[in-house]
Amino acid sequence: MGKRTIVPIGPYHPLLEEPEFFKLYCDGETVVDMVWETGYNHRGIEKICESKTFEQVFYVVERICGICSTSHPFAYANAVESIPGVEIPLRAKYIRSVIGELERIHSHLLWVGLAGHFLGYNTVFMWAWKYREPVLDMFEIITGNRNSYAMFTIGGVRRDINSEQADLLLKVLKDVEVKSKMLTGAVIDDPVLHARLKGVGVLTAQDIHDFGAVGPTARASGVDIDVRRDDPYAAYDLVDWKVITASGGDVFAKAEVRLLEIFESISIIRQCLQILQTLPEGDIKAKVKDIPAGIGIGHAEAPRGEVFHFVKSDGSNSPVRHKIRAPSYTCIPTFRRSCIGGTISDAAIATAAVDPCYCCTERMAQAYDINTGEKRYNAAELIRLSQMKTEEIKKQLLKR
Amino acid sequence: MGFKEKSFKKSLWVFHLSAGSCNNCDIEILDLLTPRYDIERFGMKLVGSVRHADVLLVTGIVTKKTLPRVLEVYEQAPKPIVVVAIGACPCTGGIFASGYNFAGPLDKVIPVDAYIPGCPPKPEAMLAGIVKLLNKK
Repeated sequence: MGKRTIVPIGPYHPLLEEPEFFKLYCDGETVVDMVWETGYNHRGIEKICESKTFEQVFYVVERICGICSTSHPFAYANAVESIPGVEIPLRAKYIRSVIGELERIHSHLLWVGLAGHFLGYNTVFMWAWKYREPVLDMFEIITGNRNSYAMFTIGGVRRDINSEQADLLLKVLKDVEVKSKMLTGAVIDDPVLHARLKGVGVLTAQDIHDFGAVGPTARASGVDIDVRRDDPYAAYDLVDWKVITASGGDVFAKAEVRLLEIFESISIIRQCLQILQTLPEGDIKAKVKDIPAGIGIGHAEAPRGEVFHFVKSDGSNSPVRHKIRAPSYTCIPTFRRSCIGGTISDAAIATAAVDPCYCCTERMAQAYDINTGEKRYNAAELIRLSQMKTEEIKKQLLKR
Repeated sequence: MGFKEKSFKKSLWVFHLSAGSCNNCDIEILDLLTPRYDIERFGMKLVGSVRHADVLLVTGIVTKKTLPRVLEVYEQAPKPIVVVAIGACPCTGGIFASGYNFAGPLDKVIPVDAYIPGCPPKPEAMLAGIVKLLNKK
């Protein structure tokens, strides 16, 4: 084995929006091993949720991740509503699906833009983000905010979509569809992108099963899973749509799946809006008195894959335990298969291909003694250590 | 005209530091670069290293793990530097203030020149904040 070079990336690097740390071990141009370190973004959300009431938790889980800020409330709503077994009004179901799919459009366009940026195709970045703006405008008109929509509540949704908004949304969708078609055509026909993306970061169906990857990452490798179809929630079993899959497993296949999913989402929203017109306005929330003791699980298909929430209630007005599993948690370890063996220059796009979301993934690490199995650091000790470190840094700063 | 104002008469270069954010403010900052807002027409641009920057945009709460890094980045920055806290998180801690991993609002860690609250603030608000800062006498 030749000499290994270590290429450190992060935690603050121009390529990365979020703080995370990669170490690429390289032999010449080839990546032979990689290590990543996350946890910079860990905010202790599961613990914060336990101190909030069931209604307030919606606004906490919404802020786990700003890009998929509907999927977490979606999964949480499914989990909480499963405890008393609430049936939400039909209109609320359709509105939930509309918001979920609008988010998918904006998230996939965002990914296409970022992928273009990573490849040095800044034109794609500018285009995709320009066409994403009308979708964000629609969010602002319907929900009142461009991101973090605060649309969901126990038993339904908080705001209605009236006919004026529906008409405007249809108009915007028509425009987005034309632009996305152009973008898809430009990506699929571009010879440079073919050369750059085909055969790069390949994940086989076996890799997907080994790591338990979900969402477009799995679907691009021919693994046909989608929570929206496999365990329908909201209005997904009431409209006609199909799951997009590809067989390549490379970055190109992932891009293809995401781009084609935009059109499926547009079609779902159109069908939902058509049915919304026939339903009486205003019936958007079922009354839920209180949450009895019990366990609720819920999942939702986020733009990046399956989001899973587990909520345990003891009959009081806040959850006793709230467990969250985000899609990136299983997708990020696939880097070991997609990056190792490739060149350094392909590492950026191979990691970006799963659309990693580090703020969803962050966990607290606990150190154990290997020999005795005892906990080395508990939370209080970690806090004390951290405080000591701060003190030391302060002293160092003062000396200078 | 103070020293700080004098040194910011030309194009501002911006460095974006995500301390422990939820991506929301970060994508809104990236939004500023894209055609609708296009801050590059004012000469502002995102740079890859804080050593080239005039403005440090901080998003997200300062977590215990990022605290030393935030201090380090601030140390590396050429002085004078303008620090802007973007979003509710660096201003006060926002919804995460009660979390066990919260290391305090940003102004307890490094000096802050401007606060742009909101969750997330709209890109227009960020632009307005920077303009206000530049016009400050």
